[in-house]
Parts: sequence; structure tokens; C-alpha cells
Amino acid sequence: MDTTSHLGLLLVFSAFVSIAFAVLARDEPREQLTFGAKLFGTFVGSAVLLGWLLYPLPL
Amino acid sequence: MPAPSGRRSAPAANPYLVCAAAWAVPGGGHLFLGRYQKGLTLLVVLPLMFASGLWIQGRIFPFQFSDLLVGLAAVADLGIGLPYFLAKLAGAGAGNVIAITYEYGNTYVIVAGLLNMLAMLDAFDIAMGRK
Repeated sequence: MDTTSHLGLLLVFSAFVSIAFAVLARDEPREQLTFGAKLFGTFVGSAVLLGWLLYPLPL
Repeated sequence: MPAPSGRRSAPAANPYLVCAAAWAVPGGGHLFLGRYQKGLTLLVVLPLMFASGLWIQGRIFPFQFSDLLVGLAAVADLGIGLPYFLAKLAGAGAGNVIAITYEYGNTYVIVAGLLNMLAMLDAFDIAMGRK
């Protein structure tokens, strides 16, 4: 993976945080997997959405 | 209000010793308490996140409270425990402010430390019989 890709770094960050939160917040492995996947999707989805919402704004 | 019953159990170990283990070694508190799946996951994920942050040119902040955010970032960095001192010994964490990944690296390093503090509190709760 290109280590300077913003999206790549976002995906890796989201994966790390989702795993840690899922492991701390849920006890059963299946629940951890479901919760972690939801968190990951929310992280990435909201970042992409915010990116598009900010797109029209001038730098 | 009484908390719902579940995997709750009576305190099995000194909670402060568990906290110290959890801070020093990410996942150490959970391992100490026999929560091996959680402990091993944290043992892999948190140091890897910390090391990734350093690898992409993140910085270990100095304890400089004249700039409050720098001081707070230093406290968060220290939250990762032993890997912090290993990185310092290895001379890592100087950071490269002109690298495109500098801010990302800082975020990885800071969040890894904060997540380890959260893991420490979780281990404390388990040791107190609250979870």
C-alpha cells in the first residue's frame, strides 16, 4: 500500500481503532466481529461523506 | 441501579497491579486476568498501531506544558507503556514535520496511547468485578 495515500491511512487507522473498540466493548468473538465491522464501516463511510460535503469549499 | 449479570465475577487480583500491567504491556491486564483473547488482540493491535505511527514519521511529543496541546499529546503518547520507552531507546519518534504523513503518524501514536489507557480502565473494571 502506498504509505502516503490518505484513503489508505484512513482505512488502516479505522481498522486499528475498530478492532480495539470491538475487543473492549464486546465479549463474544462473533459480537466483536459484527460490532467491529459496523464501526469500521461507520468510520470510513462518515469520512468519505464528510470529504464529499467539504469538496465544494475553497481551500 | 444494579448492573446486569453476565460474566461478572468477584475480584481476583489486585486492581492496581492489574492497572500497572495493563499500562506497561498493552493487553497485559487482560492477560493477567485470564482474558486471553482480548489480551492477545490488544497486545498485537496497539503496539502495531504505535509502531505504524512512528514508521510514517509521527512524533513522540515532549512534556512541554507551555504549549498545552503538546503536553497533553505527550501524556497520551506515554499511555502506550513499554513500547514508548523502547521507541525512545531506539531513537525513534523524532517526527518529520515536512512529511505528508506527519499528522497521520502523530494521530496513530496518540490514539494508540489513549486506547491503551482505555484498555487499562477496562482491565481495572474486570479486576473490580464490575464486568
